[in-house]
Amino acid sequence: MTEPAEHRTLLSLAHVRREFPGGRVALADVSLDVAAGEFVSLLGASGCGKSTVLRLMSGIDTPTAGTITRDLPADAIPGYVFQDAALMPWASVRRNVELPLMLRGERPSATRERVDAALHAVGLADSAEAVPRELSGGMKMRASLARSLVTRPKLWLLDEPFGALDEITRFALNQTLLSLCKPMDGTKPATAVFVTHSVYEAVFLSQRVVVMARPGRIADDIAIDMPYPRDASFRASPQFAAACARVSDALLRASEGARA
Amino acid sequence: MTRRRALTRAGLPTLSVLVFLAAWEAGVRALQVPAYLLPAPSLIAVTLADNFGSLAASWWFTARITLIALALAIAGGVLIAALFALSRNAEHALTPFAVVLQVTPIVSIAPLIMILTDSPLATVIICAWLVAFFPILANTLTGLRSVDANLRDLFRLQRASRWQTLRWLLVPAALPSFMTGLRIAGGLALIGEVGGEFAAGAAGRDTGLASRILESAFRTEIPKMFAALALVAFTGVALYLTSGALSRALLRRWHESERVE
Repeated sequence: MTEPAEHRTLLSLAHVRREFPGGRVALADVSLDVAAGEFVSLLGASGCGKSTVLRLMSGIDTPTAGTITRDLPADAIPGYVFQDAALMPWASVRRNVELPLMLRGERPSATRERVDAALHAVGLADSAEAVPRELSGGMKMRASLARSLVTRPKLWLLDEPFGALDEITRFALNQTLLSLCKPMDGTKPATAVFVTHSVYEAVFLSQRVVVMARPGRIADDIAIDMPYPRDASFRASPQFAAACARVSDALLRASEGARA
Repeated sequence: MTRRRALTRAGLPTLSVLVFLAAWEAGVRALQVPAYLLPAPSLIAVTLADNFGSLAASWWFTARITLIALALAIAGGVLIAALFALSRNAEHALTPFAVVLQVTPIVSIAPLIMILTDSPLATVIICAWLVAFFPILANTLTGLRSVDANLRDLFRLQRASRWQTLRWLLVPAALPSFMTGLRIAGGLALIGEVGGEFAAGAAGRDTGLASRILESAFRTEIPKMFAALALVAFTGVALYLTSGALSRALLRRWHESERVE
């Protein structure tokens, strides 16, 4: 790896269990450490508890048993991107992106620069005054990304954000996401946990792919030991193909294990 | 929208109404229908002009009470919807009352209200309020309940205060449903007002259009009755158009219901 290895554990789940009222077990027993600056993907079939892990990490939800420790300041709120863009349809892109800052009590005049920077980073500088329904699916997702990074969070949680997009748009947004998480200007990389059901997306983006299986357990943890920056040429490389094959294998074994 | 389509949208309804009035006028003249059965539109217009002073006063009485009742229905409906949205228990406990008040025909409750309040004015306001308030409540509640779950989570994650969540999430999210409720409630407030006036049987100088309709019927002044009726209809149409315009102005940019191609 090209980056300086940083071994501080930012987020740690120990024997976490989540049962919903009615007895459905979303997570059976999950233990997982995420290091600062790391990009981790959670990969698995739908219903294996990936989103639940993310919700627990964010603090929106609390575990039935087990502990979650975050090495973050008490007032740090993670950036969160939902499966759908979850924009306020009545507000312009600018107002949507500004929301987390506004809710912290900051005045629009004080946030303008940061909102502009976030819009610029996701390529939406020209659509700031549009309302969501005037945007394509990809642009909505870009706005959602901008909203989640405008607070410059130390931890970034993404719940299958590109699942509904076409392949071309998805590739473009993967590239945008990497440029945001793995900046080349010497600033610290963001810590990201990314939920997906696409093997290729997981391998392309991550340093680690955590394979999950039903009922809510971790089946495998695979390191993708390839340097950043990664671009289209990485997708075409034999290393990429080999990693995808390994991860696909693990995924297949995990689903067979669940059926047995 | 193109100019031509705008013209069609406004022009076509106007044209069809004019054709209807012309046919009415022609029919009455051709068949020599007596004015005490069915007056021609021209006679109604002349009667309206002749009695404009007194009818305008009655119109103002009816319109004012309708608007007061509608304002109270908005306040009550929105407040109770907010209460229900905050507490399921409150909803379960109070819904039977709201439903009973809604499904019982207003003219059957009105005499009771008259006895209890002993005031024609209060009776009319309460009748109009009772019928107008339910659609506001039901629609606002639907709107509050249908807030995007992810957006709710986002507000919680960002540690938004109750006030912030109300102001920046719940109010805008419930607005389209509230506007639907308002459109229905506007017409119903007028119906309740007229029903209340009939039941209260208010007499004297301060009387509304419904009392004038009754009075004209007793005196068999049918053209005057039609003139008062025309004013009631006009008031209803004005309420409908105003709430529609308000809805369009507030929602046209972002909500599908008011989408303009």
